Amino acid sequence: MKRLSSLLGATWRFLRRDKKAFAGAVIMLVLLILTAFPSWFTPDDPAAEIYSPGMGLSWAHPLGTTSFGQDVFSQLMAGARQSVMLALVVGFLCTILSVVVGISAAYLGGLIDDGLSLLTDVILVIPTFPLIIVIAAYTKNANFWTIVFVLVFTGWSYGARQMRVQALSLRNRDYLLAARARGESSWYIISVELIPPMTSLIVANFLSAALYAVLTAAGLQFVGLGNVNTESWGTMLYWAQNNEALAAGYPLWALAPGIMIALLGSALALLNYAFDEVSNPALRPVTNRRRRKALA
Amino acid sequence: MRFIVRRIGFLLIALWAALTLNFFIPRLMPGNPAQAIVANFRGRINPSALHAIEVALGIGGHQNLVAAYFQYLGNTFTGNFGVSTGNYPQTVTHVIGVALPWSLGLLGVTTVLGFVLGTGLGALAAWRRGGVLDNLLPPSFIVISAFPYFWVGLLCAWLFSLTLNWFPSLNGYNATVDSPGFTWTFAVDVLNHSVLPAFTILISSIGGWILTMRNNMITVVAEDYVKMARAKGLTPRRILWQYAGRNALLPNLTGFAMSLGFIISGAILVEDVFNYPGVGFLLLQAVGNEDFPLLQALLLLITVAVLVAIFIADIATALLDPRTRNNR
Amino acid sequence: MSTPILEVRDLQVHYATPHGPAQAVNKVSFDLAPGEFLAVVGESGCGKSTMLFSIAQLLTYPAETVGGTVRFNGVELTSLSPEELRQHRWRDISVVMQSAMNALNPTLSIGAQLADVCRAHTDWSDAKIAERSAEVLAMVSIDVTHLKSFPFQLSGGMRQRAMIAMALLLEPQLIIMDEPTSALDVVAQRSLMRQVENLRRQLGFAVLFVTHDMSVVSHFSDRLAVMYAGEIVELGTTRDVFDRPRHPYSSGLMDAFPSIVGAARELTGIAGNPPSLVDPPVGCLFAPRCAHATDECREVRPALVASADREVRCHLVNPRRVS
Repeated sequence: MKRLSSLLGATWRFLRRDKKAFAGAVIMLVLLILTAFPSWFTPDDPAAEIYSPGMGLSWAHPLGTTSFGQDVFSQLMAGARQSVMLALVVGFLCTILSVVVGISAAYLGGLIDDGLSLLTDVILVIPTFPLIIVIAAYTKNANFWTIVFVLVFTGWSYGARQMRVQALSLRNRDYLLAARARGESSWYIISVELIPPMTSLIVANFLSAALYAVLTAAGLQFVGLGNVNTESWGTMLYWAQNNEALAAGYPLWALAPGIMIALLGSALALLNYAFDEVSNPALRPVTNRRRRKALA
Repeated sequence: MRFIVRRIGFLLIALWAALTLNFFIPRLMPGNPAQAIVANFRGRINPSALHAIEVALGIGGHQNLVAAYFQYLGNTFTGNFGVSTGNYPQTVTHVIGVALPWSLGLLGVTTVLGFVLGTGLGALAAWRRGGVLDNLLPPSFIVISAFPYFWVGLLCAWLFSLTLNWFPSLNGYNATVDSPGFTWTFAVDVLNHSVLPAFTILISSIGGWILTMRNNMITVVAEDYVKMARAKGLTPRRILWQYAGRNALLPNLTGFAMSLGFIISGAILVEDVFNYPGVGFLLLQAVGNEDFPLLQALLLLITVAVLVAIFIADIATALLDPRTRNNR
Repeated sequence: MSTPILEVRDLQVHYATPHGPAQAVNKVSFDLAPGEFLAVVGESGCGKSTMLFSIAQLLTYPAETVGGTVRFNGVELTSLSPEELRQHRWRDISVVMQSAMNALNPTLSIGAQLADVCRAHTDWSDAKIAERSAEVLAMVSIDVTHLKSFPFQLSGGMRQRAMIAMALLLEPQLIIMDEPTSALDVVAQRSLMRQVENLRRQLGFAVLFVTHDMSVVSHFSDRLAVMYAGEIVELGTTRDVFDRPRHPYSSGLMDAFPSIVGAARELTGIAGNPPSLVDPPVGCLFAPRCAHATDECREVRPALVASADREVRCHLVNPRRVS
């Protein structure tokens, strides 16, 4: 309990100090609230096609309406759930998979390491987006879990590689050898001695995987390969593009969902970058002008 | 030399894996889409097109799986991809051949430009810590690199084309005015139409290069050999490029390979936004048309292109870093 | 003594820390005569390397030289522009660093790294550069074929010798060495020191040598400076300081090294830890650990006072006359 509260305290101080992390965290918080309670923010039923189509900004419809007569703002708010959930679920699953594969490869070594590394590298190298498109094409109107599966299948390898490298460098450190000499079991060593120092890498991994999920899923939905009847930002863009929203004069329908995706992506990217700075203090911002002279 | 041989071996394995995936996916999906597709098309299109599909999917002739697999591999290596069902009666090879130059031009230029500019800017930003570049670039590009490529494309299309009317927003060239050929007006038209797609891809991908190069440089600049170079009184320019830059670049080159897949996915979507007649646009059209021969061939093409690019990056790494040449 | 080639006065270096500036080097002053070998010894963190790099004008953030002057042959180094400074580098002062593996560019061959410094400072032809490179390698007994080798292909001892060869390229008057032997085994250490000594006799350059291991330098240095918490606490000829240390810290240091001859005696360390550099004690920096500290020691910071054979910073040695 004490460790948890000190961890929270450290997190709070970190967030306050680093503007990027703070911005990212605030955005994330807002989006999470939106995901949990969309009905608080949707003045109208997002799917109801009852309004006059193609209207511009107005008090009743802050972002206008779609060409089917739906309220854009409500759709935007409701769409958060799909995108955020996707990001979190894929991020989580990818991270688990990368940690398991990466650490196993590093810890077990030998042929297992060779085999796992080969597998990781091959999946890493194959261009996955065309593959995803093909898979989605074959399944037609992929639902949430299909997309999750496809994203996780293609996204875990990058993290696994990083985990393996980090675990390898830690494996030979003296304190681990000491643990082995004490006769601790492998499980103990892995969970208590190996994983905690890798926490920042694991968190960074989670954030990149989530970012990858957001952008790739949006791309898939944009070209119509997701389930086009659900409310999500990507599908909004799909419909907007198909109905020539940009050219027809109500660009907000096309631009607003993009902004939201960009916001979610930025939040993840900012937090990720802030974590980089935590693990490598040399990257933190340098403010004093005199420092520059030092490289003479 | 051993290094190169090992890399080629690895890339061949990757290629084989991609082909095998390509072969098995339609079979492994629930409902066996491969058979369903063939059954669907039977009777609706003429036999040679149907045969093309069977070739692409490796079905037909009622062979067992293993034989079908080898036939599929054989067809792939002889370049026999059959006829494109969506663009009947043109062959897949022909259709791809028309679209390929557009994508090569667009992607080739923007990727190289993005890499060179991005690493250059990143190196300079790190060199002058606390300077204008260093304070502006990271935050701006962290945010920009989180934007989906296609949305940046939409934004550019809306802003620069529909609103400001500076550049055209659709297609590779204006078909009502021009026809393809080696004329000056055609060339200008092509360039005009490629500005926005290129700009979109460039802006979206450059952030990654800038940020990673900057981070690498910061680490490298703190190394003793850079301090030594300063002690030797070498010119700042030489230190920046030959001592710091050269060493900071190495991890970037390997990263280049991995991010290429991401850039390609973005490029596919950008081509869609702008209706740019390249390979990506073709891929999406093929999906819509259920043009499976074309789809499979495109997948192969993209995979091979990425693997070749990775190979080139590996050679560059070996040239720059003598440690990899001698191999461990 | 003849005009010193190096005059350091009141050199001060701060490190920026989240808790405020840490005084890593605190008003250090000394002279170095041409051809002289001055060794600076002290424990880790006493500021000796920082001082060295400050003199060589090589400090980077978060370290910053905040006061003092460094005159080389009369030229004030701290007031030179980067370009002017660059002209002096290597021609007048060259540097040998601790770990050659880290100090050599891993992606360039030895020959290329020797050549680029020649090109930066002279207009020698390629042939002359090759000739000079071969010459310096021969001086440190490295086969000339290694010009084409890369750092990772050489052994640790060879790399260190290659660095020394590089330092000799432009016949500098002063070579600054930052713990060049720390990464080597004792045999290689001795061999390196002997080589440095031979070259020094041959070519006449001065050496400013920093180490935490005084046994390495005791046979080679002319003078010995002992540093503690950023200050020089004792400075004199090597034999004097080594055999008859006056400052309590110096004696503590000497006692910590066992002698291979003579009776076995109990080793004593120095109890306690170095003081905080961010919030240093008001009085003598060594007082908290000194067995002989008086109230005066704790209240008043002693100055470095010169006497017949050396300079010492200690109230007990130089009692202050209350006037």
